[in-house]
Amino acid sequence: MNPDFLFFIEVSLAGLGSGALLALTALAYVLIYKATRVVNLAVSEVLMLGGYLFFAFAAGWNFSPWLALPLAIIGGGIVGGIVERGLIRPMLGENPISVFMVTVGLGSILVGLTELMWGADPRTLPAFISTKPLFLGEAYVSRKIAVTFVVAAVAMGIFLALFRFWRGGVALRATATDQAAAYSCGINVPGVFSVAWIVGCATAAGAGVLLGAIGGISTTMGVFGLSALVVVIIGGLDSILGALIGGLALGLIQSWAGTYLGGEYSSVVTFGLLIVAIVIRPFGLFGTHEIERL
Amino acid sequence: MIIGTAKETYRADESLLTTQPQRVWLAIFAASLVALPFVVNDYWLYLTCLVAINVAAATGLNILTGFTGLVSLGHAAFMAVGAYTVAWLETNLGTPFWVNLIAAGLVAAALGILVGLPSLKVKGLYLAIATIAASFILHFCFVHFDGITGGATGINIPPLTIFGAELTTYFSLYWVIMPVTVLMVLGAANLFRTRIGRAFIAIRDRDISAEVLGIPLLRYKLMSFSIASFYAGMAGGLWAYFFRVVTPESFPLLTSIFLLAAIIVGGMGTILGGILGAVFMTLAPELLRYGVEWISPLVPNAGALLSPVRTVVFGALIVGFLIFEPQGLAEIIQRIRRFFRLWPFRT
Amino acid sequence: MANDMNGADLTPAELTVEDVTLSFGGIKALQSVSFTAKAGQITALIGPNGAGKTSVFNCISGFYRPSSGRVLLDGQDVTGLRPPKRAVLGMARSFQNIALFRGMTVLDNIKLGRHGHMKTNLLQAFVYAGRAAREEEELRREVEERIIDFLEIDHIRNMPVSVLSYGLQKRVELARALAMRPRILLLDEPVAGMNREETEDMARFILDVKEEWGISILMVEHDMGLVMDISDHVSVLNFGKVIAQGLPAEVQADPHVAEAYLGSGDPAALMKRLAAERAA
Repeated sequence: MNPDFLFFIEVSLAGLGSGALLALTALAYVLIYKATRVVNLAVSEVLMLGGYLFFAFAAGWNFSPWLALPLAIIGGGIVGGIVERGLIRPMLGENPISVFMVTVGLGSILVGLTELMWGADPRTLPAFISTKPLFLGEAYVSRKIAVTFVVAAVAMGIFLALFRFWRGGVALRATATDQAAAYSCGINVPGVFSVAWIVGCATAAGAGVLLGAIGGISTTMGVFGLSALVVVIIGGLDSILGALIGGLALGLIQSWAGTYLGGEYSSVVTFGLLIVAIVIRPFGLFGTHEIERL
Repeated sequence: MIIGTAKETYRADESLLTTQPQRVWLAIFAASLVALPFVVNDYWLYLTCLVAINVAAATGLNILTGFTGLVSLGHAAFMAVGAYTVAWLETNLGTPFWVNLIAAGLVAAALGILVGLPSLKVKGLYLAIATIAASFILHFCFVHFDGITGGATGINIPPLTIFGAELTTYFSLYWVIMPVTVLMVLGAANLFRTRIGRAFIAIRDRDISAEVLGIPLLRYKLMSFSIASFYAGMAGGLWAYFFRVVTPESFPLLTSIFLLAAIIVGGMGTILGGILGAVFMTLAPELLRYGVEWISPLVPNAGALLSPVRTVVFGALIVGFLIFEPQGLAEIIQRIRRFFRLWPFRT
Repeated sequence: MANDMNGADLTPAELTVEDVTLSFGGIKALQSVSFTAKAGQITALIGPNGAGKTSVFNCISGFYRPSSGRVLLDGQDVTGLRPPKRAVLGMARSFQNIALFRGMTVLDNIKLGRHGHMKTNLLQAFVYAGRAAREEEELRREVEERIIDFLEIDHIRNMPVSVLSYGLQKRVELARALAMRPRILLLDEPVAGMNREETEDMARFILDVKEEWGISILMVEHDMGLVMDISDHVSVLNFGKVIAQGLPAEVQADPHVAEAYLGSGDPAALMKRLAAERAA
């Protein structure tokens, strides 16, 4: 095979790997937004917290990674549940910007607490994925990225299935369409809120462990969540399909831009894309367009 | 207790301060601003200058976000534009400082109009996120247009010169920074006595109805963006003279969040709120420093706790005010005023 | 013509809606609607719910762009103008569900109406000297002496609008519309949701606006008693078409109108219902 083309394939595969992780994080935003109409910027910090919890269980207490991973995910879910009951429920019906700023403040609190607990220095997670290279045909893929891709894909598949077929998924979709109507149909809307936040934050924490396994953890790793936010804005805040496609697409684009233009271009391309997307399709590629009234 | 205010002309009723106590309080405040540099030490003078710069920037953001309802998380990037403008003019042309400051405002305002363009199609959160994106793109420009910005190392700025005298002490800089800030705040207060300020508030409350009532949305949204950016640019220019070096990392996203937090804590949509919020949010970390110094004999390694505790308190202030006191400090002040207006006849 | 600065001499305008069609996707909300609101008269636009009355208003004030047809103000085609331009030309409107600005006092809400006729620019606003101060004082005087007195709302002028009763909010909306120096006033359900007393007050104000201010009025209203009592001309809309127009008495006697409202083409039944409504 032409070496240039092979290189391109390898770059693209790496892009798809990080794209899957972006899609998984984006899913956390979408779940929470669909249920409660809140853009939760603290998803970034919950993601970071997930990485640190895994670190604490696996390195601090010497648990097996296969025990530490579910514990980290559960930890993220607990944080989500507490935040929803304590901070978000009292803010329901307030101006969306205020609620958004609450999540910004929450992010700051989580970063500060993490630094208090574990210090501000970056750490590496104990290896739990083998580093043996993997080849797809002739193309080299890092095993960590391949595992990440598979895990993220399976998680997304489970979510999509639950959404379609499970009663809770239907309740979530009903709540997303019309909270008052769903409530009067006997759907436990507050329950849906809690579940969405718990599952959303658990997902983010899981994504944090995967991200930490690839690149290590630090209190600034939440920046990754900002890229995932770009994904949901482009894909549509209330669209799971948008998160999936948008995540993979942005992963590819970042990987290409980073390789062929230089690393520093990947963020400028990401945010340039975001502005173009907002101006052309403010409600996202797959999002619901809300009609304005007098 | 105030029994009533009798005005004989409409002009008197339209004036900025309508009661005698207001005038007295303002006179006391102005006198204390003049006296301040003679009584406090250098460290507090440094903090006061920093507060003044933040008040100017927060007032600008308040015009955009608090009064016009357009949320921006990119305000710090415009401060950076102002700081770079001053730095470039000082090092390349050596123009007088007031020319540089106004140029800083104007360059930022021009960019503000550009960044404000998406506000025609989107509002609310989408706009906030678009402004984050714009600030990242500007950051990229600061790093890569190194011919103008000095790249990652930034630009060193010569001291502010006025009539041949170099202002290098905080004491001397105070006499430039504080008057400029006071003028900017007064300008903002005046703005909301006129049709332009009313138009901004109308756009915030109901933009579509405002259009039917004769307010061209495009022009006024962009005007609000340009005024806010002008304020940020001026504040950034003052910042540049104060710190004497500007790099791409001088104005991170956190500064934008800080300014938005300041107007939330102070009270959105009131001039007083922008001032109170900026003062409070700038000084709160200092109070924490005293707290940490106080416990340091008891807790080992207390100094290392300062930075994370500040981060936690910063977030907690945002969350706490939004949940418990969404109208901010300005509303608390109003409550106190209402109490004293009828005091001692009602408790 | 209206004199910009100190114009008490507002001439009433004539508004013509000519063959206006409005479609959303495949649905035709309005089908070649034509009528004229004559200068200095009160014209009422009535029809059952969903007939398209508010759509007509939205086409007139420029919020919707009709798919075809024209809107003429004193013979000048305004179909392509943005809403603020129309406002400056003398179209003022109130809204069905009150659209006051909650963050402002009554006085500021009213002052806002004058926006398009003021000239203060940004620099003047910052220093609040010269034109800015002069204009604001003039506006304050006119609002106080002509509008607030006239509408009897002096006791609430410094209150925030959010604390006012529904009827008073409607009155403040009318005040704001009057501050716009209108030559034609578009009132979208001015008495909807009001009790008898508030309705009578509003009817008196509308008549006074016509007589004392010499302003043409076009209103959409459900209260048939009010429509029949104060309007000079009535157009009836049903399913996006004009089905009748003429003097109030003629329209009342029209079997098409009775059918649109009651489902049976008996004008006597409509009269009876109107009488019952009025008695209530």
